[in-house]
Amino acid sequence: MVLLAAALPVPARAADNGTITVYNWGQYISDGTDGSLDVLAEFTKRTGIKVNYLTYDSNESLYTKLKTGGSTYDLIIPSDYMIGKLISEDMLEPLDFQNIPNYRNIDQSFRNTAYDPDNTYSVPYTWGTTGLIYNTKYVDKVTSWKALWDKRYAGKILMFDNCRDAFGIAELIQGYSLNTESTDEFRSVSYLLMQQKPLVQSYVMDQIFDKMERGEAWLAPYYAGDYLTMAKENPDLAYCFPEEGYNLFIDAMCIPKGCSNKAGAEAFINFMCDPEISGKNLDYLGYSTPITAAKQYMDPEMANSPVAYPDAQTLQRGSSYNNLSTAASQQMDSLWLSVKTSGSDTRRYLITSCAVIALLLLGAVVLRFRQKRRKARRCRKWHDKT
Amino acid sequence: MKKFSRVFTVLVFIFLYIPMIVLLVASFNTGADVAVFKGFTFSQYGEFFRDDSLLRLLRNSVVIAVLSSLLATVLGTMAAVGIHSMRARMRRLVLSATNIPMTNPDIVTGVSLALLFAFFGHLLRTNSVLGFWTLLIAHITFNLPYVILSVMPKLAQMDPDLEEAALDLGCTPMQALRKVILPEIMPGVVSGALMAFTMSLDDFVISYFVTGSGFVTLPVEIYNYTKKPIPPKIYALFSLMFAAILLIMVGMNLLQMRDATNRRSRVRLIGRSENAN
Repeated sequence: MVLLAAALPVPARAADNGTITVYNWGQYISDGTDGSLDVLAEFTKRTGIKVNYLTYDSNESLYTKLKTGGSTYDLIIPSDYMIGKLISEDMLEPLDFQNIPNYRNIDQSFRNTAYDPDNTYSVPYTWGTTGLIYNTKYVDKVTSWKALWDKRYAGKILMFDNCRDAFGIAELIQGYSLNTESTDEFRSVSYLLMQQKPLVQSYVMDQIFDKMERGEAWLAPYYAGDYLTMAKENPDLAYCFPEEGYNLFIDAMCIPKGCSNKAGAEAFINFMCDPEISGKNLDYLGYSTPITAAKQYMDPEMANSPVAYPDAQTLQRGSSYNNLSTAASQQMDSLWLSVKTSGSDTRRYLITSCAVIALLLLGAVVLRFRQKRRKARRCRKWHDKT
Repeated sequence: MKKFSRVFTVLVFIFLYIPMIVLLVASFNTGADVAVFKGFTFSQYGEFFRDDSLLRLLRNSVVIAVLSSLLATVLGTMAAVGIHSMRARMRRLVLSATNIPMTNPDIVTGVSLALLFAFFGHLLRTNSVLGFWTLLIAHITFNLPYVILSVMPKLAQMDPDLEEAALDLGCTPMQALRKVILPEIMPGVVSGALMAFTMSLDDFVISYFVTGSGFVTLPVEIYNYTKKPIPPKIYALFSLMFAAILLIMVGMNLLQMRDATNRRSRVRLIGRSENAN
């Protein structure tokens, strides 16, 4: 027992100066697979700082983990609106830019963002857009989100299984802001989504890859970086920046309050802003780099792709999410639930399963009855004989 | 009727095992697409065994599963012996209390444990209380009822005179426990330990809430694979885990079967000696 305990990996001590704990999205860093650069190993090689690397699945679970407490993180990479929320709740440390000289590499267009107007708390890691992916073999050229409501493609349409993104699309069609908190606008948007529901094959996130690559579905909204991955498998796929506008997101590196190695985390940020590292990392991830100088280290096809790096005019149509008030996001959640459960679907399932159960019961009763009669007949026969 | 029940059994097995078969087939597929079988390969398995970070996570999971099931077995067996010697009413009360963590939704257990640990962390003025030890405590907590539940029936089956006979013949209570009771309930202890091991190995919900920085198990990490499609080497890993758990379960059943035949032959022996008298 003692031996076993001694052989155990000791949980990382917060006080250890030579380690930082990085808390990032799952599969959101180049890790050396398929001959890519192992970013974390390279960081340790250059700085001597060890990395304790952990992952989360969404901005919301990151937030919950930070709020619950009980564990220390030195570096987190949330998305724009979550950074705004964390700043407003005083959960982030201001960065010491003396330790991050490579910040000069970050493009002007990714500074002074809406979520962090004074560049105090965050340094961009990646950015990307959501747009409309479609299969040119079956679908005519698409320029608008309205294609997702086109009856001709009924049953071949996929939709975000994610409330904010799904509402965002409908808000753009209606000409509302992506950050509206108006009850009336939420209502009309959810009405629009309910109208779309009969045409939708399914509400999905990850399965979009398989379904689009295989041609099982023809139209789907998704992230530009993932489109580039899909297009490698199926060259018939095309990407469109809809005319109504689209969501532009930035994921940025921040240091949460209560960290144990701030200088180490700043060294990590500085390292990630090295054009060579950013280029190689994002070449693997397929998302866009906020550092123009990094493009020379990327696959030229990726670096020159108008999908990953749209021109300035297109970029202007993009807008980002802000943090919604609790009341508004709760309302959005419950409306989204009613969109997804709308229609007679649930009732139909209920009726079908009730009918099946009733049939089985009936079958059992009939069988039992017949058995009883047979037994009775046998008894009578035996009785007659004796 | 017989034909119907046979068809029904086959149907149930198909529904139970088709997902596993799909996973197995996918793990041997050369393409990444689950729906199209391109060709047969072992390369996904090779890929998995070369992935250090996955192997490290698997090791973490196994370490937690082994330790937590061992500790839970020791604690649970002691608890079961204690509960067994209680009066009937008290026994029922305590048993239903120990069963609550099992019937409780995992998410409730997970969140309440996380809050408890965070509270203790607060008392200790540290912000990094979540880690290996909290994970171990949580796993022992949800493993305990399974051990108790599989040891209790063995204790009930045991002839109550055995212990008294042992004490009469000069055993100390400790010796009686070690030499008479424990061997008698061993099959229950072992199957409880195996049950706890498998429960711990595949637990996600509770682990998700009580892992902190530093020690993560496999299911928790895989759940976060959201930014890219799941790499096929994960299918290989899951197939291996499925095979391992299947082996454990088969072993457990064999053990129980042997135990049952042993018992029957012993009953026959006792009966014969009584006749001779």
